[in-house]
Amino acid sequence: MDQIFVTIKHWAVGFGPAQGQPIISAIISVVLLIAVFASLFAITTVLERKGLGRIQNRYGPNRVGPFGILQPVADGVKALIKEDIVPRTADSVVHFLAPLVLVVPVFLALAVVPMGRNMVAVDMDAGVLFFFAVGAATELSVFMAGWSSRNKYSLLGAMRAIAQMISYEVPLILSAVTVIMMAGSLSTVKIIEAQAGYAGGLPRWFVLTPWGLTGFILFMIAAAAESNRSPFDLPEGESEIIAGYYIEYSGFKFALFFLGEYIGMFAVSGLAITLFLGGWHAPFSFLTWIPSYFWFFGKLLALIAVFIWVRGTLPRLRMDQLMNFAWKFMLPMALINLVTAGIWRFLSPGFSRWLICSLLVLGPYVMLARGLLLGSDVGKRTYRYAE
Amino acid sequence: MLGEGIVKGMAETARNFLGSYVKEDRLTTVQYPEERLPQKEAARNFPFLVYDGDDWQAGMRCVACQICEKECPPQCIYITKSKDKKPDHAGKAQIYPAIFDIDISVCMSCQICVEVCPFDAIKMDTEFELSTGDRFGDLLQHKNDLSKSNTYFRKLHPTEAAEADARLAAERAKAEAKAKAAAAPKPLSPASVPALAK
Repeated sequence: MDQIFVTIKHWAVGFGPAQGQPIISAIISVVLLIAVFASLFAITTVLERKGLGRIQNRYGPNRVGPFGILQPVADGVKALIKEDIVPRTADSVVHFLAPLVLVVPVFLALAVVPMGRNMVAVDMDAGVLFFFAVGAATELSVFMAGWSSRNKYSLLGAMRAIAQMISYEVPLILSAVTVIMMAGSLSTVKIIEAQAGYAGGLPRWFVLTPWGLTGFILFMIAAAAESNRSPFDLPEGESEIIAGYYIEYSGFKFALFFLGEYIGMFAVSGLAITLFLGGWHAPFSFLTWIPSYFWFFGKLLALIAVFIWVRGTLPRLRMDQLMNFAWKFMLPMALINLVTAGIWRFLSPGFSRWLICSLLVLGPYVMLARGLLLGSDVGKRTYRYAE
Repeated sequence: MLGEGIVKGMAETARNFLGSYVKEDRLTTVQYPEERLPQKEAARNFPFLVYDGDDWQAGMRCVACQICEKECPPQCIYITKSKDKKPDHAGKAQIYPAIFDIDISVCMSCQICVEVCPFDAIKMDTEFELSTGDRFGDLLQHKNDLSKSNTYFRKLHPTEAAEADARLAAERAKAEAKAKAAAAPKPLSPASVPALAK
């Protein structure tokens, strides 16, 4: 049962000619990836809208189909039949390419995320590196969209997006580096293997260590910023710069942007699962009979739920708060965490290792938090010209 | 402590999320086409014509005096007087509107027509589901679309309807008393004839 998809794929590939088998195998994987994650995107949009609705004591969409579950179909039809508007002064080639440049890399990034035992499209030796390399291409797409629209708001949004994405790329990668360091490999499959097994009833996931927990939290915050999710959605800021770099996009191009953003969120959540949450491993040894892909997608949906929950809770940051948070808190914490992970590696297992490493993380957390809040003066606001 | 406020906020939203499934009164949304809130008595949007009794043509209160047409700020009322006369609610022969049109795409819901009408014939409606596929034909309402019964008006604005009914009843009583006086063998004084002609 666990290997059912792998077996079916091997059986299907066996029908092709011998020299064509690798490419047939790749095509099957790619088609399945696109189909599964595109439908997950559709489900997520409706669940997000319903969840946000409940958070705000509303019903959310409930008109199309039973309980509104067919809402994505209606949205898709609407996106397809809408007019595709390109501004007259826009750079039409770049304007056309921008959504594609977003969607292709995020699907590429999914290729190295293992979805179950032996279920990874490409098992690369430098999987994590590949993930971050293609992930960086989304920044290019955002700037292409903002620049080619020839609109002040879209350019502002793109500028904000670039500043934010580059700032948060650093803690994102640094917090991933701790895991690479401890697992001793850049391959996503090897990293998951390093988290196999159970000790004292608990899984040996990296998140259950002081440096792993810190790394996971830092990674998730940076991931929210990377995928432009609330509270880091300044580049889109509907209330200030009216959807930012999306402003001149309509119809299916906009739908592609939307898709790319969500797939990017899934990909980065998938990497977080791979790095910190033990990939497709079951949380308890008596649950290993459940197929591995159920665990992966269960964890993925849980992380998406957290993203939605955070979006329903936190207001958008200000630009200076965003930058302060990235450079004055996230970056030092990620560096300290890197050192902590090294110390953890060379201390003998036991209670003292836990205590030392927890203090090594908590102390700087308190200090950095104080430093971050010190500058923000929350006194009574004074107006110089008004009043 | 950094992060404390975030935890508090997340707890609050989680309470909202779970509470909305448990407690129905948290959800303030009214599922509009199926459920609807009761209309407020003071609500108004477009005017309609009131008629007494069951037959809208016989019971029409409007006497085509055209005051509302003249007073209407956006000029959305169009009236043509009839050639013949019909008895009004008090039994007096009156002209009636041959054509009475209101263009509700022009009407601005100011209620001035209601305030100037001396016959309590035009009142404000609360009907708001007026969307139509034909914005020229269907938004120009004719006499038959505009006519609505007095019972409907009583249901819509009970206080205002009671006042209007009392006023009309007083008028009817006065007319009856006058008719009785006229039926009595006392001829009209010659002095009052020129006054009537004027």
